[in-house]
This record gives sequence, C-alpha cells and structure tokens, in this order.
Amino acid sequence: MDYRTLGLKVGIEVHQQLNTGKFFCSCESDLVEEHGDEFVRRLRPTQSEMGEIDRAALMEAEKKLQFRYEAVESSCLVEADEEPPHDANRLAIETALEMSYVLRATPVDEIHIMRKMVIDGSNTTGFQRTALVATDGYIELDGKRITIEAISLEEDAARKMSESGSEVLYRIDRLGIPLVEIATGPEISTPDEAKRVAARLGSLLRATRRVRRGIGTIREDLNISISGGARVEVKGVQELRLLPVYVDTEIRRQLALLEVKDLLRRRGAVDVVCAVEDVSEVFSGSKCRVTESAIRSGGGVYAAKLPRFAGTLARTDDGILRLGADLAAHARVAGVRGLFHSDELPGYGITEEEAAAVAARLGVEDEDAFVLIADERARAEAAIQRAVERANAAIDGVPEETRAPLPDGSTVYSRPLPGKARMYPETDVRPIRVDDDVLQSIRLNLPELPEERVSRFVRELNLSEGQAEALIDDGVDEEFELLASSFGGPQVVARIYLQVLPEISKQGRDVSSVDVGVLKLLLEKLNDGAFAKEAIPDILLWMVDNDVYDVDRALDGIGLRTADIEMVREVCDRIVREREDFIRKRGEASLGPLMGVVMKELRGKVDGKIISAVLSERIRQLLP
Amino acid sequence: MGYAGHVGRLLEEADAAVGDEVEVTRRGRTHRGILMPHHDFSDDAIVTVKLSSGYNVGLCLEGESKVRVVSKKLTKDPIRRSLPTDESKKDVAFIGTGGTIASYVDYRTGAVHPAKSAEELAFSVPELMDVCNVRARVLYSIYSENMEVNHWQELARAAASELNSGASGAVVPHGTDTMGFTSAALSFMLGRLSGPVVCVGSQRSSDRPSSDATMNLLAATRLCVSSDIGEVVVVMHGDISDTYCVAHRGVKVRKMHSSRRDAFRSVDIDPVARVEGSEISLLSGYSKRAAGPVEVRDKMSERVSMLYFYPGFEPEHFEMISGNVEGLIIAGTGLGHVSEKLVKPISKAVKNGVFVGVTTQCLYGAVNLNVYSTGRDMISAGAVPLGNMLPETAYVKLMWVLGQTKDPSEVAAMMVKDLAGETTSRRSV
Ligand SMILES: [Zn+2]
Repeated sequence: MDYRTLGLKVGIEVHQQLNTGKFFCSCESDLVEEHGDEFVRRLRPTQSEMGEIDRAALMEAEKKLQFRYEAVESSCLVEADEEPPHDANRLAIETALEMSYVLRATPVDEIHIMRKMVIDGSNTTGFQRTALVATDGYIELDGKRITIEAISLEEDAARKMSESGSEVLYRIDRLGIPLVEIATGPEISTPDEAKRVAARLGSLLRATRRVRRGIGTIREDLNISISGGARVEVKGVQELRLLPVYVDTEIRRQLALLEVKDLLRRRGAVDVVCAVEDVSEVFSGSKCRVTESAIRSGGGVYAAKLPRFAGTLARTDDGILRLGADLAAHARVAGVRGLFHSDELPGYGITEEEAAAVAARLGVEDEDAFVLIADERARAEAAIQRAVERANAAIDGVPEETRAPLPDGSTVYSRPLPGKARMYPETDVRPIRVDDDVLQSIRLNLPELPEERVSRFVRELNLSEGQAEALIDDGVDEEFELLASSFGGPQVVARIYLQVLPEISKQGRDVSSVDVGVLKLLLEKLNDGAFAKEAIPDILLWMVDNDVYDVDRALDGIGLRTADIEMVREVCDRIVREREDFIRKRGEASLGPLMGVVMKELRGKVDGKIISAVLSERIRQLLP
Repeated sequence: MGYAGHVGRLLEEADAAVGDEVEVTRRGRTHRGILMPHHDFSDDAIVTVKLSSGYNVGLCLEGESKVRVVSKKLTKDPIRRSLPTDESKKDVAFIGTGGTIASYVDYRTGAVHPAKSAEELAFSVPELMDVCNVRARVLYSIYSENMEVNHWQELARAAASELNSGASGAVVPHGTDTMGFTSAALSFMLGRLSGPVVCVGSQRSSDRPSSDATMNLLAATRLCVSSDIGEVVVVMHGDISDTYCVAHRGVKVRKMHSSRRDAFRSVDIDPVARVEGSEISLLSGYSKRAAGPVEVRDKMSERVSMLYFYPGFEPEHFEMISGNVEGLIIAGTGLGHVSEKLVKPISKAVKNGVFVGVTTQCLYGAVNLNVYSTGRDMISAGAVPLGNMLPETAYVKLMWVLGQTKDPSEVAAMMVKDLAGETTSRRSV
C-alpha cells in the first residue's frame, strides 16, 4: 500500500504505569489475586450550570449505575473515596519531568491536578485525576521528527472484573496507579513507524527504571485516519507487535467503507427510515436455534429493510469487515446478542426459503438488504433502530468512533469518540511548583538513556550493537545486565533472551514464568558444571512444557548429564579434526554431512539438537 | 480573584479578569486559555490558565512575560425556572446554613457554586420534587466550625415557623464538623415538635459524582414526608456503601471519623431509623409527632466551657477557665476521673456558684464516681456526674439550662434529668 497517497495519519498515546506507589495515597502499585470487603456505590453526573439538567439522562444513569467494588488487603480509604487524596506522589512527578526532559518538552511552571469526569464507575470518585506536565517536545527516529504534543500524569482506573445486569464489578487494586501519558502528533505515516515510535517511547520510559512491567502495564491508544476517511481511535492496545496490524486493519476497513459509500451513492441510497416488521411467523417451524429460543421465551423475530444496501454488509473477498459487524456491534448496545443480515443468509440455521419469505414480507428487491433480530420485542426494536442509524452513517462514509482491539488484529466498535472531557480543578491536592531547582536536579539525576546503554553494552559486555538494541527494544536489558554481570557470560545470557526464549514462545508456549530468578539458578548450575551451555534450550523447553522450574528435575527429565555433553564434545572435536579440509572447503555447509557422521556414533545417546549445537560451534571456531 | 504582587499588577494592567480568554507569554512561549482564579496553595509568581484541552496549568510570570486579553468573559444568565407545586405532595422546608450539600460546577472556570436558592437546590437534586413540594430558604452561609449560639437560635426559630406554617418536616443541610452540636442545641430548644427536624450533611462534597449528599438529602426528605417522628435527628450514610442511611437521635450522635461516609454514629443507643430507598424502618423508641404548635425556648448562656482532662493537667489552667464561666463540663478519663490535684479547684469553683458536670472521654458508657476514691472526692467537691451524656451534648445542654435558670439546685436537677433522650439509665449488652 502507498501510505502517502492514502494520506495515512497516525498518532499514538502511550500510557505507562509507574512502580512509584500510588499517585495520591501511600499504597503500593501492585495487583493482587485475593480480594476482601466489597462496597457498592452509585455515581451521579455533577450538575454543570443552571438549567442544564437532563432528567432523562439522570434517570438512565440512576437505573444503570450500581457499581460494586472489591477492596483488597492493601486498599486504603483514599482508593475507596472515603478519605481526601494525599499530596501528589513526588517520585511520579519526577518521573514525568524526567520524561519531559528526555523528550525535549517544556514543562509547565506549576502542575495543577484536574478532575476529569468519568461516571462509568471505573473511578470511585466519579472522576479521574490528571495533570498536564509538559508540552511541545519531539523525538527523532531515523532522521524524522515526531512531535510530542503533551506529557501528562494521571491515575489508572479500577479493574473491571465483570458486568451483569445493572451492576458492574470493579477491583480497586489498580485504581490510583500513576500513569505517564505521552501523546504524539499525527505525523506517523506507516504502520511500521507506529510500532517503532511506540517501541522507542517504551524504551525511554523503561530507562527511568520507575515503570511497572508485564502484561497491561503499558497500553497504547492509536488515532488513525486516511484521506476521505475519519479519525478512529483504537483504544487500549497491549501488545506492541500488533500495533502495525491494527493500523493496517483500520486502513483496509476505512477503504472498504469508502467503497461502500461510493456504491451506496451510485445506487442513490438515501437515509433509511426505520420500519420494523414482525416476521416471527416465517420462523414458526424453523430449525434455527436463535429464532426458536427467542420465540419460545415470548419474544419474536423482527426485521427491517435496508434499501440499496445489498452486498455492503458481508466481509470483502479479502476478509475485510464491512457494515455487518458494525451494525451488529451497534445493535448490541441495545442489549441484544447480535443480528443476522441478508448478505450472510441463508446460514446459521436459517434456510433459503425462510430468508426469501422475510425478503418478500419486507418488499426487498435485488439491490436491497435487510437485518433480522430475534429477541424480546422492545429490545429488538431498539436494536434495529441503532443498526439502521449506523447503516445511514455509511452513506456519509466512515464515522468517527472508538474501537476496541481484539487479539486477532481486528477491532470492534465500542462507542462514539468521547466528547470534550469535562474537567475541573482537584481542589483537595496542592499544585506542584516546577522551578529551576527542581529542573536542575532532574537534569543532574537523569537515567541512562537507551543509546548510552547500547554503547555501554557494546563496550563493556562485548555485545554487538544489534544485540544491545534488541535487548533494549524487547525490554529485557535490565534482566540481561543483572545476569550477565553476575555470571560472566554475556553471550550466553543474550542468546537466552534473544533466541532461546523467543523461539520457545514462537511455538505458542508461555515463557512468562522463566524470570530472572529461574535463569539465575540455571546459570549457577551451568557455572557449577552441571551441564553444558548447549543444553540450555532443551532445559528451558522442558521447564516450560512441564511448568516446573527446577534445574535438577529438568536435567533428569531430559536425561542429560555433563558426562554426555563431554562425550559429544570429544566426538565432535575428533571428527572436526579429521575432516578439517572438508570443513574449510565447504564452510558452514559442512554441518549437514558431518552431522550424519557424528550421529552414527552417538545416536540414541544424546539429543540431536545438542549435537548440532556443539558441532556447529566447533565448525565455526575453525572457520575464519 | 486572589492574585497579588507582580502577577496581580500584570493582570490589572492587561485588564484581565477571571474567566477572560488570555494569552500568556513567558520564556518565549505563548499559551492561550481562560484565566482561572488563584489557587490558595499556588505560588505567588504563578498565573493559572485553563488550556483548550481542559487542563489547568500554572505559568510563571517572573522576568520577561506578557499577558494579553483575547476576549472578555461572556456572562450568561442562568435560565430561570419556577418550582412546581403539587397539591398531592407534602411541603418540606429546607433551611440552608452554608454547607455545599448541592452545588454546580462551572466547567469554564472550574468554580463551584453552592446551590443557594430554593430553585437552585431543587433543580440540582430534581428527585426532591418527586417526593415533596420544596420550600427553601437560606438563613446564613458559614462554615460549620464558625457556628455560634445565635446561629442555633435563628435556626430553631426558622424550623419552628416552618413547621407551624404547615411544613411536614424541616431539613437542615449542615456542615458535618459541628452538626452534632447543632442537633443537640435544636433538641433542647424545640418542644412539642409536629414533625422531624433533620440535620443532614455530606462527607464527600456535592461537586463530585460520588458525593453522598444527594442520597442523604433524599433520605432526610423521605423521613419528613413519610415518618411520624417528632424529634431532631441527624441523617447520614449507615455504611460506606450507597445502600442505606441512618437517622440518629440529635443528642446521642457523634462524628466518629474524620472522612468516612458513615462517620456519624449513635453512641450508647440504637439509631432511630434506617432509610433504604423509600423504605423507612424504625429501629428504636422515638417521640412521635406532637400536635404542635412547636414551642421555641432558645435562650442560652455562652459562659460555659468544656475541658478535656489529660495527665499533667495544671490546676491553674482549671482555675483560669472556671473563674470565667457559669458552668463547666469535664470530659474525664474512664469512669469520669481527673487527677487529685484538681479536686480542690473543683470544690472552689462549685463554692463560687460554677456548675461542674462530669462526662467521660470514652464516649461509650456512663460515668460513675462512686467506685474509686478520686471519684468520691470529686463528688464531695460538688462535681455532678452526668451518666452517659456525650461531653458535647452536656456542654450544649448546660448552655441551654443556664439560659432557663441560674438557680444552682435547679441547674443541677435539670442537668441530671433526661430532657431529650440525652441520657439513658440502661445500656444493653
Ligand atoms: Zn491507598
């Protein structure tokens, strides 16, 4: 794709949790498994000015708003909104100022904490505390300048655990963890660049050494648009490797919607007037489970015609989502499970005859489509109304909206783009003065930046620049350094992080339990001579497969002892000596033939992978 | 707007007022936004501006800096609406004292305005109009820690006149810090109550979506409309959840936590009622509505003091206080004790006609000066044990009693007698 012609514009907001302790109380920033007491709250929008009260909205809020909060052992009254906030966490402020300096942004002279109204229950207070720390910075990436519009600090929301009926359940362990938010300008122009910018910001944040690590501790929001399309926000991406995928998916989705728009215009489509028909009797003897269960529980099957929409609902031949999925997502807002549309019928147990009968009832002609919902009447009607509104928006093109990222790289409609945030001052917290003294001490205590770390790793630990960069980009540089310096083998450790573990996880296994502690024990045993380094991949693989992280048991499990490796080395050394000329002639390609020779002697005694590792090392040693 | 010194002068020269759109240039950078009021804890060199993103930022106006007004603030007249009256609903009086039980946030400037008039109150909590006809007036606007005797008197008269002119009950939105003192004062001042007088507050201010104000206010209103209580009560959350409210007897209630929603507790007795949604459950014996009219006996003596005993308390300090008052309440340790050094000063004060009443710092349980020798010496010195009366209630009661009579034996008799449920002879297990 030619992104320049498409007019692709992407901006990123990175949200990184800090490990400094919570923003406005003295609790640690830890998530926990067990919870203790619960409490229940309702939230009510604060009235803005006289005469602006929307009774309907208020009643809607009253009906739905019941929030249950699980406190955890470490929860305090501030998190429960039973005590005023304490002074802002100094370390968190310093970290944000450090980032501002590193990103060449200009800090404000005094940081003022604001309340951003959020009444979905994710904050016990009904607002999120947030503060703008600096503006107008930039980073340079391969010679291109990407502006940093703003650096802010905010408190993270409570964790949503479940939702049922009118109650939402949250756990307050995450509530109040400080987040540094970095927002770039919309100058990112390719999917890959989005990933590189995010990786760069991530490594700068990690360089402060005050960030939390692990899944969900860093989240990205993507703002994506193409010419003729619209600004769409993909909110809460947790996996860096999927960033370019979401950008790419969104480009294709918008292009498909623009084609839909052209098609609808060519056909002369006009705004659909929603007319819901009860078509239950068509399905009175149907084998379709969805319609059958709706009718049995007192509901029915309802349909509406979408004139001129035929062929705009199903996925494209390339599998790109078109309107169908969005109509369904909008319908679900009204509480239904989903909808059927004519592009996908017959199907899902609905026969060709039934589909045709519905079409006949609705007066559907060739270019027309219809949607069908089986549910309780009022709910189905409200859902069809929403689906029709979404269909009408398609005549104008791509609607601005917020979408949620899915693990397969696609996204799903979640809500309209939020309007302008309602913010007012948090009067319970003192403003924080950022004067020259503060900035001076930030400058004097700057962390080691990624570039500096790369050159230090190259200089002191004999890594290649590529290895050092990869360790930092993958966010394992700290662990690497810890292990490399205490066990003296930087290459062994680098290999574990850059090859062994990625390879195991590429096979679809979860390597998250292989932490520094596990590796430390492994390397100690290696130092003691319990096994040879060539056995590391097998040992780690055994550990992950068996979910047992004990070196001795792993060695027993794979039936490997140092003696075996010694034997492999002896045989390999001898064979390499004997075939020196052959190896010099054939180079690394000699591995294959020589493997055969070695295996003849050792087959059944030692794993071929280990033999291969030892042999290829010996061959490489011989070559210039 | 609170800006002083150099910043104040710069703003004045630029003719910039809070709410104006301004451009502030400092260190070669220009920020545009709305001029905000000075934050109490903000540095003197700082001007606060709300950017178009909604964020407030503090900008330093030292050195080369400029302020320019881009446009003056537009003033918008609030929409005037009149309160509906519904013949089928009862009238409830809301008597404002200055708490921010209902408020509006001006998102342009971030300022919080308390709802002052009846209309503002009713339209900020429109659910009230589903329950009653709102009659509202604002008596004064002060922080509750600044309450004085004349405020209690004014409040008592206002509540009586509302009840006597047909209100089904009176709701008194009040700051929580001294709400227990006010409820005690009203309890002694008002007789033959034809409806409840409900003091109500909030522990989380009404400018936040999580405020407890609305729920407390609604529970108070429902008590006025649908209960037959004829007492002064305090209504607050019963729990940290937004599930139910509790009505406490005005003379037996105390704020027991500085910040929790359920800070108010009935001490040594059960609460009067529990209000959950529109359900009212009556939990303990209470006085029913009297036929009225409500009587007001609001005279009080202000020459009363309260003294918290602690180890090392100097007898001279006791004398400095007792020499200047008509009556004194001691919050003693345990069963009501003070050190033996204070026995003589007590005896001297009593001889000089000063009433000395004894309560306990423990709050729960009664005083008993018969058990230990110090207690017996205090009795001999003329101190009067006041059962399980809360120290604050005893203090307010003594002010009121001294407003009714100066005769020492009458004062002592009235102080010991239960007048409004302030002392109970039994304390259940
Ligand atoms: Zn806490």
